Amino acid sequence: MTRVVVDVMLKPEILDPQGQAVADALPRLGVSGIESVRVGKRIEIEFSGAPDLDQAREIADRLLANPVIEDYTVRVEEPAA
Amino acid sequence: MKIGVVTFPGSLDDGDARRAVRLAGGTDVALWHADADLHGVDAVVLPGGFSYGDYLRCGAIARFAPVMQSIVLAARAGLPVLGICNGFQILCEAHLLPGALVRNAHLHFRTRDQRLRLLSTKSAWTSEFVEDQELVVPVKNGEGRYVADEQTLDLLEAEGRVVARYLGGNPNGSMRDIAAIRNEAGNVVGMMPHPEHAVEQLTGPSTDGLGFFASVLAGAGVGS
Repeated sequence: MTRVVVDVMLKPEILDPQGQAVADALPRLGVSGIESVRVGKRIEIEFSGAPDLDQAREIADRLLANPVIEDYTVRVEEPAA
Repeated sequence: MKIGVVTFPGSLDDGDARRAVRLAGGTDVALWHADADLHGVDAVVLPGGFSYGDYLRCGAIARFAPVMQSIVLAARAGLPVLGICNGFQILCEAHLLPGALVRNAHLHFRTRDQRLRLLSTKSAWTSEFVEDQELVVPVKNGEGRYVADEQTLDLLEAEGRVVARYLGGNPNGSMRDIAAIRNEAGNVVGMMPHPEHAVEQLTGPSTDGLGFFASVLAGAGVGS
């Protein structure tokens, strides 16, 4: 079994009010010096055999991300040593 | 004239939409997400709600429902399709309309009676209105902020495809106050406000919503 990880993020030019709300909460934790926070999604796809990256990219492009508003990256996750 | 209203798992306003169709003088037909058969309807309404729990993105999974495969083909061939709220989100996800609907800028779910300026009567769903007419129709959404790149927005405006704009305050931060848009041919309209909730004085803020359903009926030679 191999895991392919798809990270989906709103495009930089799309306002992310959720990220802003998180950033605004940070001073309450006593955290300072944070410029900005953006929230995205991580999706893990388990292939039964060898990972098919082309297929993973198609899944990402057609379903997991909406390329109108989001960017995505697809990578094979190396098993932990 | 038969107007189909699709029910997805998580649809909320399918009942009201079917009732609005009847009040406008049409015959409502229940369509089911898993059934690709459109049962000979002359128009389709994609109602509001939270199809498939809004999982992943609003409308992202509904787009791949069997009924949507038929609707996309039929819409491209000219079938009138109205997407309301979640329906608008589905139309964007299905690429029948450009752009996308994202989280409200202020993060709040906003429910209120909303003033609108009706800008385009050149669609199957707005032909019975008067250009620049002011309407009052409820909005209720958490992810209703319309976004598209500047080029797309300019194109929509240049081609008169912005169907309605918010008046008296933008409820969600939608770009250029856009509340509704249409496709090039005018048979597909997507709108965040809910015309099916403004069809009776008893329960709605106005009866302005009837005009959308009356328009598509008039286009088929039914009613006024």
